[in-house]
Amino acid sequence: MTTVNTKLNRRSFLKVSALAGGGMVLSFSWLAGCKPSPEETLGMPKEWFELNSYIKIGENGAVTLFSPNPEFGSNVKTSMPMILAEELGVNWKQVIVEQADFFPERFDRQFTGGSQGIRQGWIPLRTAGATARAMLIAAAAQTWKVDPKEISTENGHLEHKASGKKVQYGQVASLAATLEVPEEVKLKDIQNFTIIGTSKKNVDGKKIVTGQPMYAIDHKVEGMKYAAIVHPPAFGMRIKSFEKSSLMGMPGIQDVFTIKLFKEGYERNFFDTTTFPEVIAIVGNSTWEVLQAKKAFQAEWENAPESKFTMDAFGNKIPVTVPAGLENTSDHKAKMAEYIQKSGNILRRDGDPEAAFQKAAKVIERTYNAPFLAHNTMEPINCFADVKSDKAVIYGPTQAPEFIMNTLAQALDLPKENIQINLARMGGGFGRRAYSHHMVEAALISQKIQAPVKMVYTREDDMGYGIYRPTYSATYRAALDENNQLVAFHVKAGGIPETPIHPNRFPAGAIDHYLAESWEIPSNITIGAFRAPRSNFIAGAEQSFLDELAEEMGKDPIEFRLELLKRAQTNPVGENNDYDPKRYAGVLELVREKSKWSNPPAGVHRGVSAYFCHNSYVAEVLDLKMEGSTPKVENVYAAVDCGIVVNPDAAANMGEGAIVDGIGNAFFGELAFENGKPTKRNFDQYRMIRQQEAPKNIQVHFVDSTEDPTGLGEPLFPPVFAAVANALYKATGKRLYDQPFQPKLEEMSNLLR
Amino acid sequence: MAIFNLTINGKSKQVDVDPNTPMLWVLRDHLDLVGTKFGCGIAQCGACTIHLDGTAVRSCSLPVSSAEGAEITTIEGLSENGDHPLQEAWIEHDVPQCGYCQAGQIMTAAALLNDNPKPSDEEIENALNGNICRCGTYLRIKAAVKTAAQKL
Repeated sequence: MTTVNTKLNRRSFLKVSALAGGGMVLSFSWLAGCKPSPEETLGMPKEWFELNSYIKIGENGAVTLFSPNPEFGSNVKTSMPMILAEELGVNWKQVIVEQADFFPERFDRQFTGGSQGIRQGWIPLRTAGATARAMLIAAAAQTWKVDPKEISTENGHLEHKASGKKVQYGQVASLAATLEVPEEVKLKDIQNFTIIGTSKKNVDGKKIVTGQPMYAIDHKVEGMKYAAIVHPPAFGMRIKSFEKSSLMGMPGIQDVFTIKLFKEGYERNFFDTTTFPEVIAIVGNSTWEVLQAKKAFQAEWENAPESKFTMDAFGNKIPVTVPAGLENTSDHKAKMAEYIQKSGNILRRDGDPEAAFQKAAKVIERTYNAPFLAHNTMEPINCFADVKSDKAVIYGPTQAPEFIMNTLAQALDLPKENIQINLARMGGGFGRRAYSHHMVEAALISQKIQAPVKMVYTREDDMGYGIYRPTYSATYRAALDENNQLVAFHVKAGGIPETPIHPNRFPAGAIDHYLAESWEIPSNITIGAFRAPRSNFIAGAEQSFLDELAEEMGKDPIEFRLELLKRAQTNPVGENNDYDPKRYAGVLELVREKSKWSNPPAGVHRGVSAYFCHNSYVAEVLDLKMEGSTPKVENVYAAVDCGIVVNPDAAANMGEGAIVDGIGNAFFGELAFENGKPTKRNFDQYRMIRQQEAPKNIQVHFVDSTEDPTGLGEPLFPPVFAAVANALYKATGKRLYDQPFQPKLEEMSNLLR
Repeated sequence: MAIFNLTINGKSKQVDVDPNTPMLWVLRDHLDLVGTKFGCGIAQCGACTIHLDGTAVRSCSLPVSSAEGAEITTIEGLSENGDHPLQEAWIEHDVPQCGYCQAGQIMTAAALLNDNPKPSDEEIENALNGNICRCGTYLRIKAAVKTAAQKL
């Protein structure tokens, strides 16, 4: 049993108080699953008693658990309350789950991103549950005048066995809510878990399948107006002037004006990445009317000059220069090819790589490239805002409310405490909604028109003015000696505008002579987090190269990786290797077993890939079949070590999704630019993976573990790219170096005809 | 603007809108039926799928003027208590991640099962190929359609 000091989390425990029941909408978790039996049905309590920020209990035993983090599909709204419920000791079927609003004084980390929700919530949520349970026990002990140690809890009940006394939590909740928060609490032993590790259905499942309003785009209040945004047509352009009068005569149009997201002198923070700080808003009575006016809108645009500003990156002041110019993908490619030839910034150097390469019997060099990607969340960017003279309510899709609060406060000229951000369920995030300037746009519109407003981007706006996954390139070199053994390894990787390199990850630590270099090319195209940032490219490049190397050395690809990991485990090279070689090898061994690696089904071509990111280890084996000249993914086997799995079936679902996402982006994902304009603006141009291209079968196997949970939303994504590339090599005999693979495959298939 | 008399989920509704207004926005902005989702506006993603006389159509590209006189069904009206076999199967397989596309997926699948109660895997894949799921829940969608088909 672990004892934790609750003082560490004191900030999240407000002075406890008995709260009157509010008029909230309730969603019992069992409503999402099967129909409740009569004894499982609890009425609404007359009164709620708050035990801490996360938990309140009604006098009738109803339990409300607040899920702190924004929900974008990773199912934290189910899994985080499961952790609370486990330590609180309640019947999951009688739990009501509520989305918490953004409330930084009460909750520690209301951020969905970096696969950290469960990892960083693990101890705070368990502590919150255990603390509430301890307070309920103390209340019962006080009532019964017995030693708290003699009281046990089960399924929302407290029992004193010696005297035969038993009550449900609600009966002592009012007293418990007035007691001191204990300084220390004991957490459950892992082997006594009854909720964590069992599959629970999505608490919002029923609402989703019946079309209930849950997303910001569904929100509506009395007197609400609708708004569309017009952006400059290309990166590197800005507004010169626009024509308002003709739009004002269009049906339902109320106003057209520009909004500026940043006031003079405002210092941007790290997530203040926005494409255009000045945009035009069209406001009217319905979505369709404002979209019609948007179509008719006429403006003059001009090239924007270079801009320079300082960005506050969590205390570090970073100078940022946004270059002028209208960029082209062809120029990007040419520039990247130049940088490959130059020396880069050395990030890590072990041994004497230069000498080792000079002495090598054979040097293998390969370069891998990938394009910009758009996030393409299914719910386009949108936001509701209601800004009054002294306060603002913002309801929108955001992964990171904390990172937009300063921006909102300066733009609206309101103190932060007068701005309430409410967290909507998001129709996907994938990193895009870590940048929440849509909230500032909606808020400024509402402030200007003095009415509540819902602002909606079209798909073209969403795809065309994104905060994209950067384009990257990585060049790998390996030196082999006369015995065909690997002696030196060199990676030089860069991108526009950031490098994808993680210099201390595998295979660093496994090779005596190792060099990692980076380069970066500035750009005015905005980039940001995209599911497993940087890893989502570098894993594909590295794991493709290791496959080529294994073949060159005449080794089985899994065996070759295991040999390197053995070296890193027994006699590591260098310092700061930020992976555990044993756990890394563990997932490779598990996927080898589960995929029956050495006995593939007839007619399939197999690729393997493994990667470590977001504190988790994943290995994947992908099988594809050629149907004529078209590759079809048949099976994907994944082995995952992410510590304890809270909600196994939901975890598998997310793993399956990440694999499908990876296959889609490997084959089809691509955004290009011509004169600063994205060449794809909607799904008729930007190819997304669809039902027919999904694999026939995906198996996600989790390593049985008692380690604390680590990331899951991202780690299954990066390895997919090389698993596809390595299988395609087996299928076609041709190594593909440029993502997406589909254009090259079509070219190859035309050559065969 | 013009008055349109519509039959939606078995009920008569009247709206006064521009005749070119797509049903998607009539449902969402004027009738507060927001289960039908906006995804692309050009009939490429399927998030806005509804039934027009039992056939799956993309409401973002269906002007209100073409919908008069037809029986329109949205996700809110697919079943009385959210217990259509597809809705139940979706929960059984815990299909949704973000959930945004799922109403469209279910409406497309419901139209498929109306026409073809025992579809093959290939027929399911073909029917649902027009519905994008960015979260990649395609395998669970297919499994849920098969489960529902068995119960029909």
